[in-house]
Amino acid sequence: MKKLPLVVYGLLLLALLAAPFLGFYPVFVMKVMCFALFACAFNLLLGYTGMLSFGHAAFLGGSAYVLGHVVKVWGLTPELGLIVGTLFGAGLGLVFGWLAIRRQGIYFSMITLALAQMMFFVALQAKFTGGEDGLQGVPRGKLFGVIDLGNDLTMYYVALVIVVAAFLLIARTVHSPFGQVLKGIKENEPRAISLGYDVNRFKLLAFVISAALSGLAGALKTLVLGFASLSDVHWTASGGVILMTLVGGLGTLSGPLVGSAVVVLLENKIGDLGGFLARVTTIEWFNTLGESVTMVTGLIFVICVLAFRKGIMGEVIAFIDRRRAKRP
Amino acid sequence: MPALLSQLLLGLVNGSFYAILSLGLAVIFGLLNVINFAHGALFMMGAILSWMAMNYFNVNYWVMLAVAPLIVGAFGVLIERLLLRWIYKLDHLYGLLLTLGLTLLIEGAFRSVYGVSGLAYSTPEALSGGTNLGFMFLPNYRAWVVVASLVVCFATWYAIEKTRLGAYLRAGTENPRLVEAFGINVPLMITLTYAFGAGLAAFAGVLAAPVIQISPLMGQNLIIIVFAVVVIGGMGSIMGAILTGLGLGVIEGLTKVFYPEASSTVVFVIMVVVLLIRPAGLFGSEK
Repeated sequence: MKKLPLVVYGLLLLALLAAPFLGFYPVFVMKVMCFALFACAFNLLLGYTGMLSFGHAAFLGGSAYVLGHVVKVWGLTPELGLIVGTLFGAGLGLVFGWLAIRRQGIYFSMITLALAQMMFFVALQAKFTGGEDGLQGVPRGKLFGVIDLGNDLTMYYVALVIVVAAFLLIARTVHSPFGQVLKGIKENEPRAISLGYDVNRFKLLAFVISAALSGLAGALKTLVLGFASLSDVHWTASGGVILMTLVGGLGTLSGPLVGSAVVVLLENKIGDLGGFLARVTTIEWFNTLGESVTMVTGLIFVICVLAFRKGIMGEVIAFIDRRRAKRP
Repeated sequence: MPALLSQLLLGLVNGSFYAILSLGLAVIFGLLNVINFAHGALFMMGAILSWMAMNYFNVNYWVMLAVAPLIVGAFGVLIERLLLRWIYKLDHLYGLLLTLGLTLLIEGAFRSVYGVSGLAYSTPEALSGGTNLGFMFLPNYRAWVVVASLVVCFATWYAIEKTRLGAYLRAGTENPRLVEAFGINVPLMITLTYAFGAGLAAFAGVLAAPVIQISPLMGQNLIIIVFAVVVIGGMGSIMGAILTGLGLGVIEGLTKVFYPEASSTVVFVIMVVVLLIRPAGLFGSEK
């Protein structure tokens, strides 16, 4: 095991543990953590198996609604709600994956996108989702019936434990023999088949794991924020998670963490950034930047694809490797 | 019965848009190997350009029917020359992501000017009103949309399948390097193909302007349905794309009559069924 990554991850964990006391707003950091988990789960599929799912919003948003419903209406405890949400993600992933892996490459992306759009219409029309208003006023409840999550700080540490555990699970999966087979499929699928691997079963399992963890992220998000809305099932949420992974670095463990932090920060703070740029450059137009998040997102997509395909962490890792190679 | 027939016609109108858009997607994919996510945005540009021309310059519908595709086609040349050119050698997924970024850019730009509420565009004088056929009332404009789309679709089919230029195009889809070796300017052909696809999308947009609410987001819901259409039909055949588009429009229209709750999801349900029975698509062949 290399030392440097361990040190960096350790520092990151320390920073997250201390974040509420350093003046960071816990709910915002939790939101970033939920998206980080979502992006890591997504990257397991795109970065390590080479399958571009364009329908992950269905798992995030679907499980977000499911947790909201079972906690608010059925009165389940939060830990049961999270389990039900994760299972829902896994079940939906099984169905979507089973259908979508019948086609490869670009068709796979279009199929997952279409299936997710179907979920969007279901969420729009179904009674229990609250349609355009979303599902609001979801109580956090008491963990195991004992620990009150109403307190932001308690919720924060519970969320941190869940996200770190899920991240470790993903890291373990990637480095396991199973993960190696996935990488093999990504590099050369016909060869993996010729070596006797049942490629479709591996792909399906990877899809289900990714969907289950995306579901966990969605369920946790509802628990933290207290509501689930249509924007989580909309296809732009699928686009968002692709962007996070791409910006951070495809096929790197740390990339989605960095990418999600960058994208969520950008979406929330772009108005301030615009104001700052307007003051510095005295160009009035920058003041309207806050209203054009879509345009900025689009621009980042274009730049990333054309000039920055390794992403932030991909570039960092490549840089460190080059330094190492030079040293005798 | 009249309700059924009018929904059927409405279905055909939507089907015409599906047909033109999936045709353009198929032609572009054939030569460029790029799934053009921006197709919906180009469709929207066609509609908004005709609205702008009407409201700012008092240019009428008929002029825009010819001019909007040219403008958007020229825009397509720019996109292909400046952006798409660099990613042909990469994995398919980058083409999808690049055009997704473009879509967000274009839609965002129009949104910052026009917001998300719909803009009204009136039906051109000559086609307003309708004809009483005895058994139903036929709105002239809808009939015109169906006829115009069919003509354009079949002209495209004829050009690709029966002319010399189309033969180059098909050969280029099959093996671009060999075609280039015969002295045909393949890069130019690629540029023009993308421009043509963009122009087709804009043409559909102008046709749609009086019947669909014009808004910067009008393209994005449509494009996802068109993706499902493409999965159902398979992208191998031009005629397949046209027939699948029209057929699904009709089925969607019928669903609105018999089971309205499912009208927004029926295309996706059909996609699932087709995937189960014939994974390669109705007209596709497994590559």
